[in-house]
Amino acid sequence: MVYKPTLGSRLFDTANVVLLILCSLITLFPFVYILATSLAPLSQVLRGGLILWPERLTWDAYHTILTNRHFVGSLWITVVITLVGTFTNLLFTVFMAYPLAKKRLKGRSVILFLVLFTMLFSGGMIPSYMVVKSLGLLNTIWSLILPGAISAFNLIILKNFFQAIPEELEESARIDGCKNMGVLFRIVLPLSMPALATFTLFYAVGHWNSFFSAVMYITKSELWPIQVVLRQMIIEGSTQEYQEALSSAEIQVLPATIKMAAIVVATVPILCVYPFLQKHFAKGVLLGSVKG
Amino acid sequence: MKEHAVKSQKMSSALKPAHRTWRGWLMDWDLYLLLLPGLLFFLVFKYVPMWGVIIAFMDYSPFRGILGSEWVGFKHFVTLFTYDQFWRIFRNTIVISFYNLVFFFPAPIVLSLLLNEIRKQVFKRFVQTVIYVPHFVSWVVVAGMTYLMLGTQGGLVNELIKAGGGEAVPFLTTPEWFRGLIVSQSIWKETGWGTIIFLAALSGVDPQLYEAAIVDGAGRWRQMWHVTLPAIRSTIFILLILRLGHVLDVGFEQIFLMLNSTVNEVGDVFETYVYREGLVGGKFSYTTAVGLFKSAIGLIMVVLANWIAKKFGEEGVY
Repeated sequence: MVYKPTLGSRLFDTANVVLLILCSLITLFPFVYILATSLAPLSQVLRGGLILWPERLTWDAYHTILTNRHFVGSLWITVVITLVGTFTNLLFTVFMAYPLAKKRLKGRSVILFLVLFTMLFSGGMIPSYMVVKSLGLLNTIWSLILPGAISAFNLIILKNFFQAIPEELEESARIDGCKNMGVLFRIVLPLSMPALATFTLFYAVGHWNSFFSAVMYITKSELWPIQVVLRQMIIEGSTQEYQEALSSAEIQVLPATIKMAAIVVATVPILCVYPFLQKHFAKGVLLGSVKG
Repeated sequence: MKEHAVKSQKMSSALKPAHRTWRGWLMDWDLYLLLLPGLLFFLVFKYVPMWGVIIAFMDYSPFRGILGSEWVGFKHFVTLFTYDQFWRIFRNTIVISFYNLVFFFPAPIVLSLLLNEIRKQVFKRFVQTVIYVPHFVSWVVVAGMTYLMLGTQGGLVNELIKAGGGEAVPFLTTPEWFRGLIVSQSIWKETGWGTIIFLAALSGVDPQLYEAAIVDGAGRWRQMWHVTLPAIRSTIFILLILRLGHVLDVGFEQIFLMLNSTVNEVGDVFETYVYREGLVGGKFSYTTAVGLFKSAIGLIMVVLANWIAKKFGEEGVY
């Protein structure tokens, strides 16, 4: 059957494409503006106006923040939190999802209900804070890692994913002498690599972006993750540290440009990780498990 | 060999019915061991705080601890409902939630419908790649971008306005702009990502339905109305239910970052209030009561919305 587009149909298509291009531009604009301005020479920035392309690549702003002890220290802390945190997440989530995927497990439905319920009701900010405090986790990076060790949502998706693995594979492994742990490590995990990779990246991004937990639980500025420092720099005005950096810089940099460079540095890791994530949701990995 | 294993299992269960459950627990002891860290996690970080809400009914003092603090029943709840601050945050929360519902909720639906109509896969994938990006950026960065672009001193928009001879508009410190800003931020950041679930549902639509509609003389709009939209009807419903359950959750980090003294009047919501008066201000019991109120309403709303959905014949969330 030949599809003959009418005039109305073609107009619609054109308008559609234009609209979508517009959406893409609106999405990209803040990134482009900030990146361009952060790399623009002082003369161009002082001239004002809309900067979408730096006249000359100027790394002064980046030099200023990357030589700032406070900023770089916080970058390191964030890396540590992300690595340790994501590993903890995976450990807890996988270890809990695997047994729950076995329908024969006694007490399974009770546990599942308990998990689901936490998605509907929570104790709230204050009681959670009190728990973390009484565990002595305040002012440690564990306060950012443990309270979020398992996302109930991820747990359920991973459980569904494990359940979808054909039982025959497990049975044949058992015949070959595998126990439960063996099945987990030799059969189930290798088969779940795409799902695990996706979760890893999501958890990692979550840790990299963690902000409010740090505001609540950490008062020592040396332990602040990058988002907290970023907020201090941009939203609360200026911190003493980067005021010092400004005055000691041999080259002149505008505060605004420094702030933009900071945003770029804080966002670049995420953007590097992004292509890997893209690969996986194109395959609909997550959704297959949600529907199941 | 397999037969033998199965047979012996059947025999043992037939011979020892009383020990069957016992055997069940024992056989999978290593699975229970694996479960332990996770269970501990849920217990300590989810269920203990749930019981911690008990302090909403007490005059909790950190020095005397839970056991040493005095029981006051509903005193804090009474204070809550008679405090005009409470009605202010309640109103702010509801209004922002409503704006989100009207402007933010339909956006991914519309966008996914538009994307679905694109035939050139390369273009479609390109747009998708671009619009997913803001989801991965932190709210601090989004707020930072907002400040850098809309600030009165050195902010892009205001500099352009001033260059054009106009007066700077204090976007960030004017109550009138606040709600619009918040919703716009949400739209910019999350619309793209929100299309994923709809596009997945749309990709499952049988092309034959479209062909049948075309044969019956349906133009683009009618096709969309009769084929495309019904395909995502359940998804929309479920998401609406989930959203209703979270009517009092209005994006705490986002609002927290944008609040300042001048916009408190319209921007202060439940969570920011609890943080300020509770964690910073030290009124533990009172703010726990506020938090409990919010969680309880949330639970009621989800149950209610789920029931409504089932009445309409849609699958509930649980």
